Amino acid sequence: MATQHSRSAARIMISPAVVLLLAWMIVPLVLTVYFSLLRYNLLMPGTERFVGFLNYKLFYQNPAFWTAMLNTLLLVGGVLIVTVVGGVLLAILLDQPMWGQGIVRILVIAPFFVMPTVSALVWKNMFMNPVSGLFAEFSKAVGLQPFDFLTHAPLASIIGIVSWQWLPFATLILLTAIQSLDSEQMEAAEMDGASPLSRFWYITLPHLSRAITVVILIQTIFLLSVFAEILVTTNGGPGNASTNLTYLVYARSLLNFDVGGGSAGGVVAIILANIVAIFLMRMIGKNLDA
Amino acid sequence: MARAVSTRRKVGYTIAAWIIGLAIFFPILWTILTSFKTEAEAISSPPSFLFFQWTTENYSTVMERSNYFRHFWNSVVISLGSTVLGLIIAIPAAWSMAFVPAKHTKNVLMWMLSTKMLPPVGVLIPIYLIFRDVGLLDTKTGLVIVLTLINLPIIVWMLYTYFKEIPGEILEASRMDGASLRDEIIHVLTPMAVPGIASTLLLNVILAWNEAFWTLNLTAAKAAPLTAFIASYSSPEGLFYAKLSAASTMAIAPILILGWFSQKQLVRGLTFGAVK
Repeated sequence: MATQHSRSAARIMISPAVVLLLAWMIVPLVLTVYFSLLRYNLLMPGTERFVGFLNYKLFYQNPAFWTAMLNTLLLVGGVLIVTVVGGVLLAILLDQPMWGQGIVRILVIAPFFVMPTVSALVWKNMFMNPVSGLFAEFSKAVGLQPFDFLTHAPLASIIGIVSWQWLPFATLILLTAIQSLDSEQMEAAEMDGASPLSRFWYITLPHLSRAITVVILIQTIFLLSVFAEILVTTNGGPGNASTNLTYLVYARSLLNFDVGGGSAGGVVAIILANIVAIFLMRMIGKNLDA
Repeated sequence: MARAVSTRRKVGYTIAAWIIGLAIFFPILWTILTSFKTEAEAISSPPSFLFFQWTTENYSTVMERSNYFRHFWNSVVISLGSTVLGLIIAIPAAWSMAFVPAKHTKNVLMWMLSTKMLPPVGVLIPIYLIFRDVGLLDTKTGLVIVLTLINLPIIVWMLYTYFKEIPGEILEASRMDGASLRDEIIHVLTPMAVPGIASTLLLNVILAWNEAFWTLNLTAAKAAPLTAFIASYSSPEGLFYAKLSAASTMAIAPILILGWFSQKQLVRGLTFGAVK
């Protein structure tokens, strides 16, 4: 009786969250798919009509779309490589005995708390600017020609900025995982004469594999949607050199007012994110059972 | 013997870690230092590191000229508002899932999480058009609604993992003593749940403060929070490095300080309990 009572109470308490999220997910999702099948331009109101998969076909035939897809993959892949490799090394270092460990950890984590527009603008103006940026000053000091990062290597520069933002996240997660490593096992291996490299390869890395997978999956979800960093630094340019899928959809729909075409890009982005999400959800779900 | 070796090692580790730590922190440090320089000194060649004429003039200029406080206030309202609203919706949901688990609880949790995986750009256009039609574009209310919804899965999940750690026996005991559901929530659960709720609040204020997709796309001048205000410096005005730095320092300082207290919550909140 009490259980029956509390069960229905529980259902009532959970429903606002469920209903809101359902509405948040279903309504825009259905509309995006619907818009993607229309010819729909905000500058020509009243001319909307059903065109089937034409928007997808136009997207598919547009070289800008393929550039954006490639850039999206390069951006996600590049940042993942830097942050995971850097994060593993940094986590191992921070796990060693040292003075001022707490302070060093605070210094390392700090970039994660800087809002994306600030970090993008600081890097763009104060570091990468070819005239007065700190990198240019450094080049001049050693007698080199200053390099215009955002013009000649826009995507690589953005990968650098985004990596700086996400390295703290990877480090923090991996450090948490490393600290749960059984130290006796490590000492035993050390006494048996295992070299630091083989200890890393056969003990630390397998222990971290789960955390590394989690970092990769979660970061991928967020990195597929990198936007502010591109908007502030390059506006997707020069040309389309640093346009990712997210930025392409934004440019299509809110700058060129092509709602139909933009929505088709949005659907592609959803499919791309879902491929990653399936793996991530499976891992989290397993953990929920345990 | 072993002690001596480990001390020498410790010195090595300390030096390496401090060098890397300071290098990673350097862009932030440089921004803070530049905010205290004059514009001329900010672009002087070679750059001056510490020995310059310290001035707070940039801070007063930024505050006077650019409605800085309005944007700051927008950030405060949007991040706190969306977090509190999210907590009000999520606390009952997380409570019921943690203490009265049903057959479908796990599925509901996983489904909520899946909404977080939806790329914002996939729903940008409908949301933008709906907001335009109902007059929510460039309003704080609109952003509070959107940020509440995008962070709701994280809030529910974090609360759920915290509530799960509260022993159920205590609830049973109070139920035996004849406590009603209301008493149970107010006198038994709330005191035990406060630390978890506080952690969740902290992390979500940080996430909402720094959110830079919806805030950039759904605001213009009126409701723009600091993320969008700083983005406006990407115009030639951004070449005034000292003022840019002062505006940036003020925008990141509160969150930097909050963030340092939230390291543990960050791991729990952003990995959905997959790494502990």
